[in-house]
Amino acid sequence: MTELQAYLLIAALLFCVGLAGALTRRNAILVLVGIELMLNAANLNFIAFWRFNPNAAAIDGVMFVIFSIAIAAAEAAVGLALIIAIYRHYKTSNVDEVKELKG
Amino acid sequence: MSFPLFILGVLTVAGAVAAMTLRNLIHCVLSLAVSFVGVAMLFLRLGAEFVGFAQILVYVGAVAILIVFAILLTRSGGVEPKPFLNSQWWIGLAIAIAVFGSLAVAIVGSKDLTSVALAEKTAPVKQIGIELMTRYVLPLEVIGLLLTAAMLGAVIIAWQEGDRK
Repeated sequence: MTELQAYLLIAALLFCVGLAGALTRRNAILVLVGIELMLNAANLNFIAFWRFNPNAAAIDGVMFVIFSIAIAAAEAAVGLALIIAIYRHYKTSNVDEVKELKG
Repeated sequence: MSFPLFILGVLTVAGAVAAMTLRNLIHCVLSLAVSFVGVAMLFLRLGAEFVGFAQILVYVGAVAILIVFAILLTRSGGVEPKPFLNSQWWIGLAIAIAVFGSLAVAIVGSKDLTSVALAEKTAPVKQIGIELMTRYVLPLEVIGLLLTAAMLGAVIIAWQEGDRK
């Protein structure tokens, strides 16, 4: 296995752990944590592919990750504000107890 | 796969697994911070110094602390009640395992990935700054606008109505 494949496997494992957590946990905060883990895995893929790109002058992978980190920070702030608002309204932070829109 | 990379990978993935399986939410966030530090060290090992330190600043310094404050404000600290997974957890787990299986098969089986050469490469901060101010100046402005809008939105959403006396 080459080093690039090792990095990609680590990123895939991180992504799937985050996915499993986001799909299975009841607490909305931990769902958000799982999404953050998935974003980190995507960033790791960007940096790994940038590092093993034969074009030495290209810097696009790093720029993508910088913008991705900024967007992830904004997403975390808005998501946690939503969770706090939901907690204030429904007195719970479990995603399966908020079912007003369930058909 | 070299030995330091193996250690870093185990640290990152173990932190992520602990963050997703522990029952105490505070412990979950601390494991999440460990996982973020692991990812930052992987960035440093790949030669992306600026991104590694930005990762530590933004994720470990800001996002993890923000999540701790959210746990505090929703009073869900301490040990969670017993069913901390939702009722259809096995479907989510099966989906995650299927996704990892297909990704792993694709990564291990790809011929293009095994033929890349390991070139020495860095991203100096000076070059990142020049690129940000020339080629990526429009995305930079958009990100600034987005962060402002997200900050205002977060404040308005979490605003407690009827609290002013």
